[in-house]
Amino acid sequence: MKKKEVKGFNVHDNEKKLSVSELPVGDIVEAGTAVDFYTGSWRLQRPVWNKEKCINCLICWISCPDSCIKILPDKQKTSIVAGIDYDHCKGCGICAKECPSKIKAITMEHEKK
Amino acid sequence: MIKTVCSRGKIVAKTGNEVMAEAMRQIEPDVVAAYPITPATEIVQIFSQFVADGIIKSEFVAVESEHSAMSTTIAASAAGARAMTATSSQGLSLMWEMLYIASGLRLPVVMAEVNRALSAPINIHGDQSDTMGARDSGWIQIYSENSQEAYDNMIQSIRIAEKAKLPAFVTTDGFIISHCMEVVEVYPDVDVKAFIGEYKPDRYLLDVKNPYTLGSIDLQDYYFEHRYQLAKAMTDAKDIILDVADDFKETFGREYGLYEKYMIDDAEIAIVVIGSVAGTSKVVVKELRKRGIKAGLLKIRVYRPFPSYQIAKDLKRIKAVAILDKADSCSGAFGPIYSDVAASLCSIGMVSSCPKIVNYVYGLGGREINTDHIFSIYEKLKKIVLGVENFSNKIEYINVRIK
Repeated sequence: MKKKEVKGFNVHDNEKKLSVSELPVGDIVEAGTAVDFYTGSWRLQRPVWNKEKCINCLICWISCPDSCIKILPDKQKTSIVAGIDYDHCKGCGICAKECPSKIKAITMEHEKK
Repeated sequence: MIKTVCSRGKIVAKTGNEVMAEAMRQIEPDVVAAYPITPATEIVQIFSQFVADGIIKSEFVAVESEHSAMSTTIAASAAGARAMTATSSQGLSLMWEMLYIASGLRLPVVMAEVNRALSAPINIHGDQSDTMGARDSGWIQIYSENSQEAYDNMIQSIRIAEKAKLPAFVTTDGFIISHCMEVVEVYPDVDVKAFIGEYKPDRYLLDVKNPYTLGSIDLQDYYFEHRYQLAKAMTDAKDIILDVADDFKETFGREYGLYEKYMIDDAEIAIVVIGSVAGTSKVVVKELRKRGIKAGLLKIRVYRPFPSYQIAKDLKRIKAVAILDKADSCSGAFGPIYSDVAASLCSIGMVSSCPKIVNYVYGLGGREINTDHIFSIYEKLKKIVLGVENFSNKIEYINVRIK
């Protein structure tokens, strides 16, 4: 679906609203719909990841409340950090705070308008 | 009325609370979370003893308040468990916000509710202010006339709730039913278990292979659709209740409907009641019939969903009807049952030839209502029919010292 940015919210241009009979019974939403909701525009500060400093401890990945630390499998079949999902990151700064103090691979920077 | 109808049933002497606990033992829900409150305390006290003695395998959660009790049962039900609780009065009030969440999420939580007056002034005795206040909460409400009905209703409510995907509570009148010992026929465990069957929810949160989100925010674009679903579920629940009642009659022999008609088909005057006062009133109706007076009675069993159309059809040709409320809605107008019945009569186009209907409020805080009071109501209805007395368009209060 085509996505359109409207003042901090990303809405689907042609989203079809479900009717009573099309909706699941009760206040149920199918899993994974948060992917379609771009919360990245809420951000005041952005986490900047330094690949050189990163030791791939994955503490940021496990700490991120919005699953915004992207990971990839590497050659040894373990996971390594691949970047940050700026479409969904709200800029809470937990990753920067949790990154080991001797490493400091993630720093928070003000969003430039 | 009490006779052995299930050939394998056992006749026992039990109070309303004991028999509700007995029903819960036979149902053996996966989770029960409850907090004690007079006069419903005994239900969960007895039930928790069954759990402690290892008689049943239910998980009993002793929570710190009724708000938590309802939250826990909601969570258990969402996870996929059969969950029950019991409460009364102030306890139900403390559950308030969670009541709407159980129905909004369409979770079939079943609750034993013992009707008791609400504070202030503080009072522990029976009136129906508590559940009448919860009438718009989206819960199925089933009222009982005696312990036998309380027991039967509890068993049926499990199946009703799970089929309708709506929470349901069964009420008894505080102390009058909850603490009075009566003869009750208790069915064998195996028959009850076979009747209610296993709970197989379509979707449940512990089903990790099919994840979904439950209870997300709904704004202007979806809330209304979900509330419509709820309203429709309540309407559809009427047929479900009748289907379960049919099956119940076939299995155990006792007949139930959305309401009970007692000598009403040829009646000229009738009263509409709910709960234990129906028993007292039936004695009066029988006596009046002996005297040649065409008196009748309509006892509402299922108050939510309200059998509006059916009740209106049965009442429309009666000349004068008194509607008895054991709760005052403090609306400055009428009691809750009166409002529903009167609206139902209007809705089928009976405005011009409507029976003359009067509203009585009785028994608040457990105030006695006896056969003399019921006689006086029929007496008044007779006079209204004869035209010797005008009918009041205000609530009349029974057995209260006004002057």
